Amino acid sequence: MKHYDVVIIGGGPGGLAAARGAREGGAASVLILERDEKTGGILNQCIHDGFGLVRYREMLTGPEYARRAGQEAREVGADIQTGAMVTGLTPNRVVTAVTRSGLVQVSAGAVVLATGCRERTRGAIAIPGTRPAGVYTAGAAQNLMNIRNLMVGRNVVILGSGDIGLIMARRLTLEGANVLCVAEMNPAPGGLERNVSQCLYDFGIPLYLRCTVTNLLGRKRLKGVELSDLDKKGQPIPGSQRVIPCDTLLLSVGLIPENEIALQAGIRLDPATNGTITDEFLQTSVPGIFACGNSRKVMDLADFVSAQGLAAGRNAAAFVQGKPLETMPPETSNAMAKGLPQPGTITCILCPKGCRVTVEADGKVTGNSCPKGEEYARQEIRAPMRVLTTTLKRPDGTLLPVKTSKAIPKGELQTCAARLRTVTAPAGAVRCGEILLKDPFGLGADVIAAGDA
Amino acid sequence: MTEHTYDVLVIGGGAVGCAIARELTRYRLRVAVAEKEWDVAAGASGRNSAVVHAGFNNRPGSLMAKLCVEGNRGFQALCQELDVPYQKTGKLLVAFDDEDMAVLARLKAQGEENGCQGLRLLRQEELRAKLPQVGGIGAMESPETAVFDPFQYTVALAENAAKNGVKFYLGHEITAITPENGGFTVQARDKTLTARRVVNCAGLFSDRIAAMVGLEDYKIYPCRGEYFILDKIAPDLLPMPIYPAPRAGIGGLGVHLTPTIHGNLIIGPSAEYIDDPEDTSSTRPIMDKLFREAQQLLPGLERRQIIGSYCGIRPKQAPPGEGGYWDFHIQEEPNCPGFVNLVGIESPGMTASLPLARMVVDILKRTMELTENPDFDPTRKGILRFREQTPEMQAKLIAEDPDYGEVVCRCQTVTKAEIKQAIENPLGARTISAIKYRAWVTTGRCNGGYCLPKIADMLTKEYGLAPTEVTHRGGESRLFTGRVKA
Repeated sequence: MKHYDVVIIGGGPGGLAAARGAREGGAASVLILERDEKTGGILNQCIHDGFGLVRYREMLTGPEYARRAGQEAREVGADIQTGAMVTGLTPNRVVTAVTRSGLVQVSAGAVVLATGCRERTRGAIAIPGTRPAGVYTAGAAQNLMNIRNLMVGRNVVILGSGDIGLIMARRLTLEGANVLCVAEMNPAPGGLERNVSQCLYDFGIPLYLRCTVTNLLGRKRLKGVELSDLDKKGQPIPGSQRVIPCDTLLLSVGLIPENEIALQAGIRLDPATNGTITDEFLQTSVPGIFACGNSRKVMDLADFVSAQGLAAGRNAAAFVQGKPLETMPPETSNAMAKGLPQPGTITCILCPKGCRVTVEADGKVTGNSCPKGEEYARQEIRAPMRVLTTTLKRPDGTLLPVKTSKAIPKGELQTCAARLRTVTAPAGAVRCGEILLKDPFGLGADVIAAGDA
Repeated sequence: MTEHTYDVLVIGGGAVGCAIARELTRYRLRVAVAEKEWDVAAGASGRNSAVVHAGFNNRPGSLMAKLCVEGNRGFQALCQELDVPYQKTGKLLVAFDDEDMAVLARLKAQGEENGCQGLRLLRQEELRAKLPQVGGIGAMESPETAVFDPFQYTVALAENAAKNGVKFYLGHEITAITPENGGFTVQARDKTLTARRVVNCAGLFSDRIAAMVGLEDYKIYPCRGEYFILDKIAPDLLPMPIYPAPRAGIGGLGVHLTPTIHGNLIIGPSAEYIDDPEDTSSTRPIMDKLFREAQQLLPGLERRQIIGSYCGIRPKQAPPGEGGYWDFHIQEEPNCPGFVNLVGIESPGMTASLPLARMVVDILKRTMELTENPDFDPTRKGILRFREQTPEMQAKLIAEDPDYGEVVCRCQTVTKAEIKQAIENPLGARTISAIKYRAWVTTGRCNGGYCLPKIADMLTKEYGLAPTEVTHRGGESRLFTGRVKA
């Protein structure tokens, strides 16, 4: 059986950073086992931008962030096995994975769990009604649309205002669907304020708070959903129900840490969240097995997942070498606004902080916490500008994530996205950042590759 | 003889219809099954508690009692022959008061009269010793009760029937049946079929089919049962189904807890008469009630363990005001010679499916010369499941077919090779449900969030389906409106 100092389960942002942390911490050999064909995890389907502002001080798309994190893991000499689904983990750290070339079994000096999370489903929240086609979790719809080139529907209601739901509201709108509304059970949106602003308000999509889906209609394909307002206890208010005709319902109703592998090793989980319980060194209840990222506790930003992965990797290496472990970094930062954009203020979308900036009548700008915020607010009043992120079809039928090289007028987003629906990207290898279409809209912005292909 | 000419046409691709078709292939006959949905097991056969009943619930002397006991005795052997998962778990009926205990004592006597083996009453301390996690003051144990996979069972019967020559018309709703020339002309979607005999086992629609040949006296009252599915907690929690002692009222067995052959726990069913035989909606009041009642049986259940819900609809003959059970109706109709009519085949119809099929063959034998089919092969092999194999066997499978090394469904550890076998099934059912029930994908805690995009990719890229041809259950149940990028 082959031995590695550190074996990392999962090659998303947490696992990739853990590999780097482990090597930098002195681990002689590091292996990442990733079930997908490439590393990056869920980032590969998150073609929108907004990643990396904390970690890289740059606005990156998900695939760009994944690419960078993957390069860092490779640079430090981690072995990466993709197409490897881990099916076994023992408390004494023997890891079994299934691959197309056979069963892989390795022993590890330490293990890092970076298995991410899954979406809460219709089944889990027990929405009454029929069981037609057209009900998807937001992340599954994101995968279908951005990776598989399959359009999930035309007239869409979204339940839950988690970030993925908000992002998908914009994504569907850009691809020509009608997003009829977002319904949220709680009195405040679940996602970041900047996403409420740039994904819903930008397109006039209504957000109904204290409101939920109480029935599904349609036998074959979804025909409509019944919405009801909720009282303070979260119970539907009789008489408030109304039917919204639609063919698609997306669910963005929470994420659950994915820990079936951890359970096999007898690792203790938090019964309330399904996350692994760790000490301050990110070590689970089984010595030598560490956990990071969303499998430990669902986090808001990939940047924080990376920071935690790095720390988990370092401590895994320290464990193998018998060195003292280091305390984990803070799990989040205070620099993230959640809530509703306020009338009279501009929610800055340039970073997760989402500053509420006010431009006074005399031109004075307040509420921003950096010069970029002032610049953004002034521009927003003059002529709102947005970067367009979307995909281009390649000659082989696969999709390539792309973005505009700079912001374009907000009002042009849907028109420009529509024009890119019928354009095919050039054949052959494409490098991330490469210009694919030179100023195709006459707006002074090129369309550039936001991922390798 | 034309392409669509048969000796026997079976209407309805549920467990009973498929069992009848298979039994008929023991003889030299041209047999077809017409099913209005796009796969078999689309009605009550695929929407039940997945239990092989022992037969103590049914009135002594009834067909239900006789065929259930007979079916139970032969079920394991049949499952072996057809490679269908089956496990004899036994079952407990739990009493919460003295009245319940009296009911259980009567049930035991009734079961013994029906021929059930090994029934015994447990006192509270015996119940505690056996299953300390279960509430109640006593119980009746039925050792012959078992759990099985009703989808695979029905699919296996159908596949074996197909292998032995039965033609399946999926997605072919019957719109007219005309008796003529001593046989029948049957309109099935766009096709005209002719058959010497017609067997009606259309379940919830058996009254409508009977009415097509002028038999207006039958009436099916749909009675819905809602269920919850819980995650795979059964192996640690509950080794056998537990039911409450039956209470008087409409015909149902009461909300019970059943461990499935796959390790999930199911809660249900409710019993509620409805008008529409196809309304498999879950409803909020029943969902709340189910969980409360399940917690009474098994304190400690938690709502977060729920991963899904489903509904089945009982094809009852007993009208709403009356409740209870009417016996199975099976006969060649005197007013319509050649028309064998099965009406009101509700629980324990799955358990009794093979004896029911044999009974139908006996009925047909009275008016048809049946000669044995020497080529009949009773065996069928299902999909070789990666997760059930030893590591050595897994390695061998991957070496022979690398698709066995690609895990597509993470919740149930199902590989691409298994999904391909499911897609290429002998009945030609190509819906997501068909793949789901054969390969057991999209059935886990992520509800297909992970595997569904991959399966959709396989169907569109490797099997040439257009995006709009990928359906949940056929027809208009399309998953996609097209490509994002043309």
